[in-house]
Amino acid sequence: MAETTKLIYKYLRHDKKFPHVWCPGCGNGIVLGALIRAIDRTGYGKDDIVLVSGIGCAGRMPVYVDFHTLHTTHGRALTFATGIKLAKPRLQVIVIMGDGDATAIGGNHFIHAARRNLNLTAIIVNNNTYGMTGGQYSPTSPYGSLATTALYGNIEHPFAIADLAVTAGAAFVGRSTVFHANLLDQLIEQGMQKRGFAVIEAVSHCPTLYGRKNKLGGPVEMLLWQKEVAVRVEKAQKMSEAELAGKITIGVLADRELPIYTQELKKIREAAKAQAAAKDRAKSPHGCE
Amino acid sequence: MARAVGEAEPTMGEKQTVAKPQLLQGNEAIVEGALAAGCRFFAGYPITPATEISEVMSARLPALDGTFIQMEDEIASLGAVIGASLAGVKSMTATSGPGFSLMQENLGLACAAEVPCVIVNVMRGGPSTGLPTNVSQEDVMQARWGTHGDHPIIVLAVSNVWDCFHLTVKAFNLSEAYRTPVIILSDEIVSHTREKFVVPDPASLTLVNRETPEVPPEWYIPYEDTPHGVPAMGIFGDGYRYHVTGLIHDVRGFPTQQPEEITAFRQRLFRKIQQHLDDIQLLETESADDAQVLVVAYGSVARSARRAVREARLQGLRAGLLQLQTLWPFPGRLLAPYLPQVRAVLVPELNFGQVYREVLRVNQGETRVELLSRIDGNLLTPGEILAKLLTL
Amino acid sequence: MARYEVRLSGSGGQGIIVAGIILAEAAGIYEGKEVCQTQAYGPEARGGASKAEVVISDAEIDYPKAIQPDVLLAMNQKACDTYAHDLKPGGLLVVDSTLVHDLPSRQAIALPFTKIARQELGKEMVANIVALGALAKIAGVVSLGNLEKAVLARVPPGTEELNRRALAAGVAAAQDFLRGKVLRCLDEPLGTTEETML
Repeated sequence: MAETTKLIYKYLRHDKKFPHVWCPGCGNGIVLGALIRAIDRTGYGKDDIVLVSGIGCAGRMPVYVDFHTLHTTHGRALTFATGIKLAKPRLQVIVIMGDGDATAIGGNHFIHAARRNLNLTAIIVNNNTYGMTGGQYSPTSPYGSLATTALYGNIEHPFAIADLAVTAGAAFVGRSTVFHANLLDQLIEQGMQKRGFAVIEAVSHCPTLYGRKNKLGGPVEMLLWQKEVAVRVEKAQKMSEAELAGKITIGVLADRELPIYTQELKKIREAAKAQAAAKDRAKSPHGCE
Repeated sequence: MARAVGEAEPTMGEKQTVAKPQLLQGNEAIVEGALAAGCRFFAGYPITPATEISEVMSARLPALDGTFIQMEDEIASLGAVIGASLAGVKSMTATSGPGFSLMQENLGLACAAEVPCVIVNVMRGGPSTGLPTNVSQEDVMQARWGTHGDHPIIVLAVSNVWDCFHLTVKAFNLSEAYRTPVIILSDEIVSHTREKFVVPDPASLTLVNRETPEVPPEWYIPYEDTPHGVPAMGIFGDGYRYHVTGLIHDVRGFPTQQPEEITAFRQRLFRKIQQHLDDIQLLETESADDAQVLVVAYGSVARSARRAVREARLQGLRAGLLQLQTLWPFPGRLLAPYLPQVRAVLVPELNFGQVYREVLRVNQGETRVELLSRIDGNLLTPGEILAKLLTL
Repeated sequence: MARYEVRLSGSGGQGIIVAGIILAEAAGIYEGKEVCQTQAYGPEARGGASKAEVVISDAEIDYPKAIQPDVLLAMNQKACDTYAHDLKPGGLLVVDSTLVHDLPSRQAIALPFTKIARQELGKEMVANIVALGALAKIAGVVSLGNLEKAVLARVPPGTEELNRRALAAGVAAAQDFLRGKVLRCLDEPLGTTEETML
């Protein structure tokens, strides 16, 4: 407890008027806690960190913490993060998004960021719904689930965010639930240390809207459900498809060495300079043009 | 070979010669102007007729230790530009109609969060895909009102290669001085016309850089009002940690619902532009002082108008030209002294009358204001403008 | 020099725009005149009709496009048909007789630029440079020395000699024409219309 208090004191903004906007029992606080623990362990200073978010409940996370923080437009957080990282590569840029934010309105940016492999850490809080706007179905709402815009059951099929990230080419992909809070902070820490685009999916819950609408109980029941369905990736490898039905694999799903965008960019700059110098040399004997 | 931003071109042992004239296209001159102004970050998406700006940026920026990136769309392009600017690098993007439409949401964020950046819109005609390869001036109002919510904005209009260079430098200066996005409106003719141009010695240019905080970080109030209305801008990574948001925020940058804080912030956004109109509003005149009839024009049409005015004078009609280099805030107060002195004003435009309505609005007297509109994808010719002038 | 307007026309791929840029650089950079170079832009530039205009003047140029060209170069029939009508009265019409067979005027100067490029230089793609050489010689709009400088500064490295020869071939063709000689007969028949002589 004392440790936590110290971290809260160290990283939360004291000039920010609390309370925060999240409902009691929300998973966002657990994600924020995990993020702070991870950052603290990596040893980065507060000035090295930029926390960028989009719109939605998860998008409100940066305002509470004492880093360079940027609350952008809906779905576009990764694009702003791309600009920041390219302009100042020494900054550790962490992006917080929700499931609607990252995979609906921002889906295109998400797969392109993964493909580009810029050294960013993307945390996607997946609560299966649009919480801020009142519980509409999102790209991760399960088939058949109820939402304020799916009163007769959702007829769309959900994205598996982490799998999407693997396919799109992210260098590091991890998934945890907010119940497995320690795993979550470990994955965030690993993602931050990873040189390349890292995605951490935090399977979370929205008791106020998604939970109530689908009669899943309160925060406690929803957290216990996460405990129940989560399977460590190491264990999952030994399980059959039938055994894995309805389960969520957690742990490190991908960790690979890929060319890093900022380093590739350095090569381009060197090549451009070499070409410019060669052109100058070719011109100099004539003395003009 | 690495050299600091803003340092002169390397000479490779040659003695520095006087800058030689080059044949530059408008789009190329925009790039040269941006680089001279210190732009070192460009993000864009290919679109006609603005693509040359991306192409030349991709060729020129890497050797200057700058960054060119082709994003997945125009929304992402402006997002990246704003991000780079927050991290302290002068940044720009360039697009045309459909891409400009996509940028509107992030443009609003740049206004609200007061992030300097420059957006070039090489206008095309018509709604939707429209007339991608034709000249047009149909985005005058979109540039002003394209993003939602009341907001101030600065919009410049270029009409030749000289403008493309110098007004791009000016756009960066305004954007840095007033922490605001600045839009440059070009068109197909201006962007693709090649003219002789001597890129000026960088030392001869006046460059403005954003004011950064001088107080210790713990005293820094990121959105504090100042006498000139523009708060000092903390740069990400420089020790001044604060919150940047598109939500209406208090002086510390935190979202607010307090009516008095909301009002103060929103009024300051307008005031910081309104109290610097002398610096922002640019108007070029030709033969306007003794004119009987005036032409108010901008962009490529201003070139046709200039010729029409000269020919009218040869035919005995005392015509004059007011060329708008700043479209927004609309320089009504600069037009006002001229309007009552003439019997008629002609506004030739490649649209259905976007600036024409502004001239009507600022015309307090009884001067007749006439529109000469062309919307078929072609430039108004000097002959067409002259013919109309002779009827006024 | 008062305002002088040159229009170059042909089809996409004939190097019309490049020719326009070279002419503008010769006049603007090397002769020190004011210049404005514009072009037809859009689908035309991808294979259809192509047009470049160069306005040259001692004074600042207001309107950037040609109003009534002093010179029109037409490198194919369609260009000739499309653009010949707004040539200034008494203006100069130069056509590539390899590809233009119907001439709108008996004043037209027809020289086989493409044929010269193909047969004397072995590369059809330098027909634009051949034409520029002839145009400069006939119209005198820029000096040949300055035109050569502009050509050599603009063409891809390694093609300088070819382009120098192309320019010279164009100049020679124009000289022959100006001396009133019968145009050099090349192997292929020229088509339905005779080459027009002044």
